[in-house]
Amino acid sequence: MSKIKLLTDGFVKNNPTFVLLLGMCPTLATTTSAINGLSMGLATLFVLVLSNIVISLIAPVVPDKVHIPVYIVVIATFVTLLQLLMQAYTPAMYETLGLFIPLIVVNCIVLGRAEAFANKHGVGESALDGIGVGLGFTCSLTILGLVREILGSGSAFGWNFIGGHDGMLAFVMAPGAFLCLGYLMVLFNKYLKK
Amino acid sequence: MTMDKLLVSPNPHIHAPVSTKSLMRDVIIALIPAVICSFVFYGWREILVMAVSVASCVLLEWAITKYMLRKPSTIGDLSAVITGILLALNLPYTTPWWVVMIGAVVAIGVAKMTFGGIGQNIWNPALVGRVFLLVSFPTYMTTWGAPQGVVDAVSGPTPLGAIQEGLMQGASVQELTSAFNYKDLLFANLGGSAGEACALALLAGFVYLCCRKVIKPWITLSIFATVALVSLAFWAADPTRFTDPLFNLLTGGLVLGACFMATDYVTSPMTLWGGVIFGVGIGFLTMMIRYFGSYPEGVSFAILIMNSVVPLLNMWFHQKKFGRK
Repeated sequence: MSKIKLLTDGFVKNNPTFVLLLGMCPTLATTTSAINGLSMGLATLFVLVLSNIVISLIAPVVPDKVHIPVYIVVIATFVTLLQLLMQAYTPAMYETLGLFIPLIVVNCIVLGRAEAFANKHGVGESALDGIGVGLGFTCSLTILGLVREILGSGSAFGWNFIGGHDGMLAFVMAPGAFLCLGYLMVLFNKYLKK
Repeated sequence: MTMDKLLVSPNPHIHAPVSTKSLMRDVIIALIPAVICSFVFYGWREILVMAVSVASCVLLEWAITKYMLRKPSTIGDLSAVITGILLALNLPYTTPWWVVMIGAVVAIGVAKMTFGGIGQNIWNPALVGRVFLLVSFPTYMTTWGAPQGVVDAVSGPTPLGAIQEGLMQGASVQELTSAFNYKDLLFANLGGSAGEACALALLAGFVYLCCRKVIKPWITLSIFATVALVSLAFWAADPTRFTDPLFNLLTGGLVLGACFMATDYVTSPMTLWGGVIFGVGIGFLTMMIRYFGSYPEGVSFAILIMNSVVPLLNMWFHQKKFGRK
């Protein structure tokens, strides 16, 4: 598999949000605005790349019977690291994302890539795979967040363009998340995934 | 669409002149008294809301079938017209035109055509449009203008809204309901959605539909009965906290919802007992939302929730095949 393909697979063919439907919980819950979606994506990218690297290194010596607990411990370590870093350097974002940062531990994308890719491949390939899938996730979440922010609050990346009016509040709430996700999935699968 | 030409059914084959179009025409006729009433009470602005709503529903359905689905257009069956009328009857007459258009887009585009058009939708399109607007634009959707048509009328919030507001301020239900006259509720002198204007006009339409055998009365009657029984039980237990049965039957969108929204062919169960359970569920949920929910009115939510379990009801209550025990 070429290096480029490893990177691009995560965007289109194995897009975690629109094709694999993994990590739906942060996808639906945190994409109330483009910035929130972007930061959730980047946080997951951080954990994904580091856990992929470490798991690809330790996979040969981990006994098969306990491999899932071991992987989870590795992932949880990086999530705790991320949580403390965000609390220290981006407290506002830490407040906004709240519970969903510790929940990255149980994000099925992270464990899924560890199981399906990192434990069978080398360090370099696993890192590239982590970057590809992580960026794909970040992009999808940003697009979803952007669409919901434009429709729901009438702004894009915090820049308000409808003046004093209200947006369609439903799009900021849960039903709007499902609606937008559904329609974006339709568009994605019709036009991008050939 | 080729399946339309291939109809397989057991004998004997009797041809009846009933088509989707003729049924929908009857529903429109049944809605005429309610439309006239809403005009009488709310004036020209209500007609404008209705015109925008019907026009955008029909245009949107035509555009989607022509340019996105590339199928023969289905606007000829008049179902989009009904969705438009019902949506307009579900909105306050002061709704701005662009909010009405967004409601039409959600009703036809999201709730109906996304699922494959008439016959395939899980939820009643007009109600999905209304609930979407209610959640999205609470300010427009709960600013009830006073009726300002040709009749003298009182202004103010909807009766149910006033009760909930009053209860929060610690007043008792008796003081609050005494402000409303049941005759007014029946003949409409109140603020509210256009379709809530006159219960009697809606009931007239319902009786017409039943006489023409367009709808079966089971669903509507079981909704009314459940609402009456549930509110009777609560009211008997504590008349200072809960409103009485007659008030609950006549206020809000209950009559409109029970007569015209819950009985929609596509989104209601096919059999008698399925329909009765569907109606009981709507009545019960409506009363629970009215008494304990954060919204003053719950008919539309109740109908949408029960719409979602219709496939299950159809599975549990089969139609008995002819000749089978």
